[in-house]
Amino acid sequence: MGGLQKKKFERGSATNYITRNKARKKLQLSLPDFRRLCILKGIYPHEPKHKKKVNKGSTAARTFYLLKDIRFLLHEPIVGKFRDYKVFVRKLKKAYGKTEYSDVERLRENKPTYKLDHIIKERYPSFIDALRDIDDSLCMCFLFSTFARTGKCHVQTIQLCRRLTVEWMNFVIASRALKKVFISIKGIYYQAEVMGQLTTWLVPYQFSHDHPTDVDYRVMATFTELYTTLLGFVNFRLYHSLNLVYPPKLDSKAASELKEEDEDDYAMNSESYLEKLSALSDSLTRVFSTAEEEEAELDQFPVEGEDLEKMEAREKEQRQQEVQKKLFEGLKFFLNREVPRESLAFVIRCFGGEVSWDKSVCIGSTYEVTDETITHHIVDRPNIDKQYINRYYIQPQWVYDCVNAKVRLPVEDYFIGVTLPPHLSPFVEEKDGDYVPPEKLKIMALQRGEKPAQEEEEDDEEGEDEEEGDEDEEEEEEEDEEEEGAEEKNLKKLEEQKSQGKSLQVKVTAGKVKTENPARLEQEEKAEEKRLAIMMMKKKEKYLYDKIMFGKKRKIREANKLAAKRKAHDDAEKLKKKKAKK
Amino acid sequence: MEESSSGNMRSSEQGEEMKKVQEKSVKKRSKEEEEEQEQIFSFSSKPAEEEDEDLSDSEDSVYSGLEDSGSDSEDDEENDEQEVEGSDDDDLKAEPGQNLQEEEKKGGETDRLDEYEYDSSDEEDIRNTVGNIPMEWYKDFPHIGYDLDGKKICKPIRNKDELDDFLDKMENPDYWRTVHDKQTGSDIVLSDEQVELVNRLQRGQFGDVNFNEYQPQVEFFSSDLMLHPVTNRPADKRSFIPSLLEKEKVSKLVHAIKMGWIKPRRQNDDGGGRYYDLWASEDSSILANHRMHLPAPKIPLPGHHESYNPPPEYLFTDEERALWEQQDPSDRKCPFVPRKFSSLRQVPAFPRFIHERFERCLDLYLCPRQRKMRVNVNPDDLIPKLPKPKDLQPFPTTQSLVYRGHSGLVRSISVSPSGQWLASGSDDGSVRFWEVRSSRCMKTVEVGGAVKSIAWNPNPSVCLLAVALGSRVLILSPALADRQVLSSSEKLLSGQQEAESPEGAGSVTWSEGEGEELNQGIRLKIQHPKDVHQVVWHAKGDYLASVMPDHSSHLQVFIHQVSRRRSQNPFRKNKGLVQCVSFHPVRPYFFVATQRSVRIYNLVKQEMTKKLQANSKWISSMAVHPGGDHVICGSYDCRLSWFDLDLSTKPYKMLRHHKKAVRGVAYHRLYPLFASASDDGSVIVCHGTVYSDLLQNPLIVPVKVLRGHVITHDLGVLDVTFHPTQPWIFSSGADATIRLFT
Repeated sequence: MGGLQKKKFERGSATNYITRNKARKKLQLSLPDFRRLCILKGIYPHEPKHKKKVNKGSTAARTFYLLKDIRFLLHEPIVGKFRDYKVFVRKLKKAYGKTEYSDVERLRENKPTYKLDHIIKERYPSFIDALRDIDDSLCMCFLFSTFARTGKCHVQTIQLCRRLTVEWMNFVIASRALKKVFISIKGIYYQAEVMGQLTTWLVPYQFSHDHPTDVDYRVMATFTELYTTLLGFVNFRLYHSLNLVYPPKLDSKAASELKEEDEDDYAMNSESYLEKLSALSDSLTRVFSTAEEEEAELDQFPVEGEDLEKMEAREKEQRQQEVQKKLFEGLKFFLNREVPRESLAFVIRCFGGEVSWDKSVCIGSTYEVTDETITHHIVDRPNIDKQYINRYYIQPQWVYDCVNAKVRLPVEDYFIGVTLPPHLSPFVEEKDGDYVPPEKLKIMALQRGEKPAQEEEEDDEEGEDEEEGDEDEEEEEEEDEEEEGAEEKNLKKLEEQKSQGKSLQVKVTAGKVKTENPARLEQEEKAEEKRLAIMMMKKKEKYLYDKIMFGKKRKIREANKLAAKRKAHDDAEKLKKKKAKK
Repeated sequence: MEESSSGNMRSSEQGEEMKKVQEKSVKKRSKEEEEEQEQIFSFSSKPAEEEDEDLSDSEDSVYSGLEDSGSDSEDDEENDEQEVEGSDDDDLKAEPGQNLQEEEKKGGETDRLDEYEYDSSDEEDIRNTVGNIPMEWYKDFPHIGYDLDGKKICKPIRNKDELDDFLDKMENPDYWRTVHDKQTGSDIVLSDEQVELVNRLQRGQFGDVNFNEYQPQVEFFSSDLMLHPVTNRPADKRSFIPSLLEKEKVSKLVHAIKMGWIKPRRQNDDGGGRYYDLWASEDSSILANHRMHLPAPKIPLPGHHESYNPPPEYLFTDEERALWEQQDPSDRKCPFVPRKFSSLRQVPAFPRFIHERFERCLDLYLCPRQRKMRVNVNPDDLIPKLPKPKDLQPFPTTQSLVYRGHSGLVRSISVSPSGQWLASGSDDGSVRFWEVRSSRCMKTVEVGGAVKSIAWNPNPSVCLLAVALGSRVLILSPALADRQVLSSSEKLLSGQQEAESPEGAGSVTWSEGEGEELNQGIRLKIQHPKDVHQVVWHAKGDYLASVMPDHSSHLQVFIHQVSRRRSQNPFRKNKGLVQCVSFHPVRPYFFVATQRSVRIYNLVKQEMTKKLQANSKWISSMAVHPGGDHVICGSYDCRLSWFDLDLSTKPYKMLRHHKKAVRGVAYHRLYPLFASASDDGSVIVCHGTVYSDLLQNPLIVPVKVLRGHVITHDLGVLDVTFHPTQPWIFSSGADATIRLFT
């Protein structure tokens, strides 16, 4: 046949991808530099649909990048900076070798640096994009800010991270954006709604880290480099959106008050301001000193039907949010020295409470323990010597639980020495059919405004009624589940009934009137209908259907397991109680 | 000091020489110090006295080196004292000279004991000239060294032994302040002052009681402008002239900066000014239209089990924990063990925190991202909408009768065309006849062998039954009908055997039942060359087909004509293992099901008209629709295929309703029903309407699953057949029962 023979792998998907090594050679970068560039520019590998085709017939495991991505990297000015840095290192080595220390010093001063501003702008073309991706940067900065100032990374990085995180926290306080808090075994999760974006970040507990050896800190440092830049710009913009001065300054009044105290005890002069900021106890200076932000009232539009309902729902939600923002308004907290000060101060201030602590714990305490107007004293020890009558002594979980429940919970369950109720994750949203812990149901009842008084009384009496109630609930749940997985169970029952009926005919002498539940019968009929229809499904659809049903069943099974576990636990508790009484 | 001590070791002459050297060095040192003092200090208090001291010192040292006499010693002592009382700074300076003086004294007055009174130095006692040697070396000698004159110093007369020492310790009140001088071998009792000195030194205080450690400091370089300059020296000339060297250096630097060799120092802009409003002018960047960017997925939010104080049901039980530990870290559903702490202060740091962050980082830059389309389908929408079974009645729904009596598995059943009788053949070697309505066994015929297949003659005017067992096919006349029918069946059986047919007839022999057999109703026996698996009647009731599955020969199917007692083998070639055969109900077609396909032959034209491809591995059974245009095939791989002969040679529908092999299928003669029986013990009845309109496909709806048979030896229902007139169904199973569902 005529015509040129087409060569393989010169068109199609083979030309769209490039292996990592080839990309590296094309960019003339070492592997660490290439990695750094990928991290900064947000380039990630791609998995081709037909690996063998792209791999030119070989099946060896390779990492592929899109050729377009690599071409895009070619124009990056930072690549030049990487080369500059390489040259700098070479010069420095040479100067050291010749023991020309003045040159070394000079070179050091002119160490090539690069800015990531344009990359940030490129990766996040709009501010909302940046906010959407701020989660990781917050987590990373909070982690780095807790590092000891030795070894693992530059002290400046740690300081910068600390500064940025403090700024962020101050912003969240100023905007009252915090929505949910969760104390997990990993650290404390916070969720804030900033400009309509839900942002979640995790703060580790304040302990020194035991640095693992199998972690590449260079990678983390590169990420941090990017994240600090991003967070800095985001903070700047956020502060300006609230009319706050950036870099943040404490309110002049508050600042002057603070100055009276002897600052030297807490920090070096260079750091004292940051320390004061990180105390989170005072408001920040605004560009225009307005008395209060104007309440953005929703305008009323003439609407009809569904829109009206939606509108009402939205209004209601907004009202609820307003209430939540003022959750701790008018309350005065005092933190004992064993509680996590920063976290609690942050949370309390986010919801309008006043907070103070012992002077020796941290800079920035505003009032003493002896203040008579303190309403809540947060303690995390089994007992306390000197107690004031006119305040509640509560454990720190109360604050977090209140925030998550959006109401002030009764303090009785959180007094000193009391066994705390479980702390639930606010991020779990139960759909119907999921297992809901009884504590969550209680909180939901409180939110609806129902008084828990009855339950408590019952608790006092015996605690049995309540448990019965729980069981009822469980039964209800089970019934729901039955409905869910009706087909099989119903059929089984049907079969059982049938077989029983048969055996009855043989065994039982005195005839019994078989009570037929018409509803039940109808249900069974429907179930069988469905089952027969399922038999007629096409293969493909059947597969999909089976998969979905499998997932559902697994969910139900898990929920049942949890419920059973809970029941066993409650029973055990009850037994224990009874024994203790005897 | 070291010099002096080394000098002690040598002879006195040498010592003298050394002294001279020392003096010189002392002189030099003192002069230097003088200069220094002149330069640095200005002792405003008593400069004159200092000079005096210096003078005297130098004089002193000069004299002491030359003269050996002890006459000057008094003066010297005075001098010493003066020095001590004077400025402390001179102590260092004064010491060398003082040492020399002491040496002189020792030369002259070795036996004077009160030398400690004025000895202010911590210098070694040098009455003994042996030097700094271990005194054990003189252990065996009567003397312990030599004095300055070279005479032996003798040991004290009596050495103390342990007992003496002990007695001394007990009795001597001054024992604690007695010190043994090893050099001279004598005991010295310390005076009160000396004891106090020792105590002071032990406490780290100065030896001199009167010495004030904390004298007020005199600040002569203060911020106040003094009236007089510190030095009166005129300024140098060089301080008025610009330095050439510096000029050269500066010009070099300037040149380097000009040429760009040296870059000016960069100022550090790490302050707040580093950030600005980056998004001041928001525009879609290159990136936005450059590529399909997938934002990284967020980390899933934590559930209740991650809480520091979770509800008790979320904690692991012991088994769960053990399981968790056994699992590979990548298989674990939950990467950590949920834990409960009674209060917040007990919560420790999470050991894998940095790891998790690092893994997130790796995910961000190493993981390929893909958009996964999540199917968000309501499963109920997937279920096809079918007409309700209720609307498709009548069909059998409940088990109403069980026919018991067989002792082996019932392989085959057949209903008489009138619908009154049911015949069943079983592995226990009997054929039973049941009355359908009463489930009574009317008749049992022992045929002496496992019955493979049984078929009632479909012609209502005769009452005959074909039974396949072993290699024989029996024609039974059960005599369960009125006289007219019996006589007509007799007539059919009485037909005479024709002359030998040319083909294949040699292998089949017809014979009449004899003796006892006749009493039982066995009228005809047709001997086949191989085991017969199935017998089938033609709708007219005259022809009978029998199947002998065999790979190797073409003798698999025989068609017998009962009235003429004639047999023939319709096929010349072997086209695969024949499973079952069937006659077309109306037309002269013959269906042959082999392992994978069904062939349809036109018996008149003697050719194959169609070959149906059943998409199954092994066909087990086949049934033809009473209309003749549709065929269903059951197969051992759990499928039932419905063929529409007008539509295609491929199955119109494959039904995978059964969990196990399908053993039997059947059509109802009147109602639009068909059924399949399977080894899973169930009979599934389906509604199958066939429309006369060619454009409309048959409607197939499963309407009922009938259960009742017990699975024995992995076999469930073996045969199924419908009642000819009622919507009833019979099934026979491996549990030796026959069941009727109505």
